[in-house]
Amino acid sequence: MTRKTRRLWIVIACLACVGSAAALTLRAFSSNIVFFMAPSQVKANPPSSDRTIRLGGMVMAGSLHRINENGTPVNAFEVTDGQAAVEVHYTGILPDLFREGQSVVALGTVQKNGGFTASEVLAKHDETYMPKEVADELKRTGKWDPRFGKAPDASSWDTMTAKKAGG
Amino acid sequence: MFGPEQGHFALALACVLALVQFAVPLWGANRRDARLVGLAPYLAVSQLIALGYSFLCLVMCAVSDDFSVQNVAANSAVSKPLLYKITGVWGNHEGSVLLWTLILAVCGGAVSLFGRNLPDILRGRVLAILGGVSAGFQMFCLLTSDPFDRVFPAPMDGQGMNPLLQDPGLAFHPPILYTGYVGFAVPFAFAVAALIEGRVDAAWGRWVRPWAVAAWCFLTCGIALGSWWSYYVLGWGGYWFWDPVENASLIPWLTGTALVHSAIVVEKREGLKIWTVLLAIATFSFSLSGTFLVRSGILNSVHAFANDPARGVFILALLAIVIGGSLALFAWRAPSLTSTGLFSPISREGSLVLNNILLCSICAVVVTGTMYPPFMQLLAGRTISVGKPFFDAATIPLTLPLLLAMGVGTALPWKRAQLARTFSHLYAAAGIAAIGLVLCFWKLSGVLPIACGALAIWVIAASASDVLRRIGIGHTSAQGVWERMKHLPRSSWGAALAHIGAGITVLGLCGMSQAQHAIVEVHIGETRSLAGDDWTLLDVHDYIGPNYKAMQADIAIRHNGKLVTILHPEKRDFTTQSQTTTEVAIHTNFITDLYGVIGDRHGTGKDTTYVLRLHRNPLAPWMWLGGLVMAIGGAFSLSDRRMRIGAPKRAAARNMARA
Repeated sequence: MTRKTRRLWIVIACLACVGSAAALTLRAFSSNIVFFMAPSQVKANPPSSDRTIRLGGMVMAGSLHRINENGTPVNAFEVTDGQAAVEVHYTGILPDLFREGQSVVALGTVQKNGGFTASEVLAKHDETYMPKEVADELKRTGKWDPRFGKAPDASSWDTMTAKKAGG
Repeated sequence: MFGPEQGHFALALACVLALVQFAVPLWGANRRDARLVGLAPYLAVSQLIALGYSFLCLVMCAVSDDFSVQNVAANSAVSKPLLYKITGVWGNHEGSVLLWTLILAVCGGAVSLFGRNLPDILRGRVLAILGGVSAGFQMFCLLTSDPFDRVFPAPMDGQGMNPLLQDPGLAFHPPILYTGYVGFAVPFAFAVAALIEGRVDAAWGRWVRPWAVAAWCFLTCGIALGSWWSYYVLGWGGYWFWDPVENASLIPWLTGTALVHSAIVVEKREGLKIWTVLLAIATFSFSLSGTFLVRSGILNSVHAFANDPARGVFILALLAIVIGGSLALFAWRAPSLTSTGLFSPISREGSLVLNNILLCSICAVVVTGTMYPPFMQLLAGRTISVGKPFFDAATIPLTLPLLLAMGVGTALPWKRAQLARTFSHLYAAAGIAAIGLVLCFWKLSGVLPIACGALAIWVIAASASDVLRRIGIGHTSAQGVWERMKHLPRSSWGAALAHIGAGITVLGLCGMSQAQHAIVEVHIGETRSLAGDDWTLLDVHDYIGPNYKAMQADIAIRHNGKLVTILHPEKRDFTTQSQTTTEVAIHTNFITDLYGVIGDRHGTGKDTTYVLRLHRNPLAPWMWLGGLVMAIGGAFSLSDRRMRIGAPKRAAARNMARA
């Protein structure tokens, strides 16, 4: 075995492994990437019902209620970004930090009827932390400009949408 | 005596000592001045003493409730138990940076004390590099995240600590994990020193390996402990979230594992030198960027920059200097390192090369999955995320050949192997693996879990049979076996143990892929069944704890009418922080975990219902048990006489004297 053939073997092995790693990565990316969407985006162009997305926004105050579907408890609440609201159904125990009027990120799929079925619900980690996606969305929709101080109080979010819905 | 000002002063002193430790030995080594180089160990030890004193001061501030210190006021409270006052010191950014540099200083001290047999110049350069890194991070600590900052006026009581973090598992997790991260600084320093010197030989491999193995053991323990914590504290029933913080610890583990293996080739066959040096640099670079970019959240949110630009810019500059500098040095000097040792593709070296390629491919996948979302956010402005489905689909197929090769590798001889002869040693193991495959078909569902399970059994059987063959079971007398057992190097025992541990972990992961759970809403006295077990909610009662109110459930689990256990999951309400935590109840028989969580209470009077989440997790404890076995294997091979730095030299000297 000369140095050259050995190098050839190593190069072949490297190419095979790196190639298959790249192929696997691309394949996994194409089917498993999860996009973040705000309720208004979901309303505007709903994704197909086999596509998992992350839905983020504020839990509308007073919207949380429970439905009992044959012994399994289902939590239903509305998530809003100040423009539109989407009803979320989640089977399971809501995280300890879940509160009405605070930000939340839900992982799941949009149903044919426009509702959202969540497989996972993530609430923010402490009293000051807001999921980055939600904060970005607030800025994008022009509800909050970080140059002018803290994010608007969560309770005002609901009234923004409620007013819109009412008016 | 142990006030914040003294601590601050000691930190500044340590920083200056570290700077001197960086500059003087490097300059001395360049001028071949033995006296200047000889200063390095003394400087390293004095830096350690100064930094240790500084850390002790911070601990004393926390213990004595000195709320004039900003860090203590923000993270501690009078009512906090003493243990958490101490461990809370490293539960926040400033304290954890101080702990990080302290561990780095401990590494420097260890090199000074245990490295007495190293050539003076090499030891001087290694300590200089460690001192340089240390100085950088102590400056970071002093200038941008001073743990001894004061507040005026001092508050009467602190803000307390997140109750989620008040857990013995989490209290000791950071020091162990950080020791793993920082430990890779020593192989890094050895690599940079070797590049400056322009020489890597078998002796270098022998010096580097113990440090790499020790760091790897700590990192393995740290990852296992973190995963266990998220399993029993967070109460979501899973064990690995694939979030950036977890990946930040997995990435250096993968390259570190590759390093531990490739250093063997340097030591035994003087091959793969350039590659090993690169791995040493890469592993520490990943550790650094993992701790400081990902854990601090800089990468995940641009806000971290906006909130504190000085901190972000400083850390980026520091990373650029350490990582960029070492890679530039590598590009400049690496071509002067030449490998000798020829080998054929089918040989121990060949299998170690394959191990390295596969581990690095997996690492590349994990890095891609972790970095892609933030880069997309930055470049295209789209918020995306990748999670468990992505990582499972992309990494598991690459683990399969790795497991297959693990079983064969240790049985192959160096240089050139005959496949037929090697396989004749592995018949028994292959038979056991075949039985395992049948067992997996019966117990598991899904192609990947079955393949992984069978291969894990193959790894365990092959590793065990390799050791048994070496000690001569079956073809020597009992006396002979005993003699061979005594003479088999501890590193062989260690390698077999570590491989068996990896097999156990993979079996645990396969078992967990079959976990079942149910979310139910029940009245008191109601029974639900899950996978053959009947879960009955017997009672729920409230009680008041030291700083919380709790709701505790009694859940009886019966199997075929026979009582298995009564679980007591709790939900705790911490009034001061207005936070609730779930206390999971787990019953384990080391084969299956029964895992119960209590959720909300609904309704009143007779109509009161409770939401429960019930899990049945087969083989769950094996995942962490395997990690522990891996770390024990590493520790075992550390105790090998050959691994002790300079031991062969001493033995040779003794033999000479005897002759």
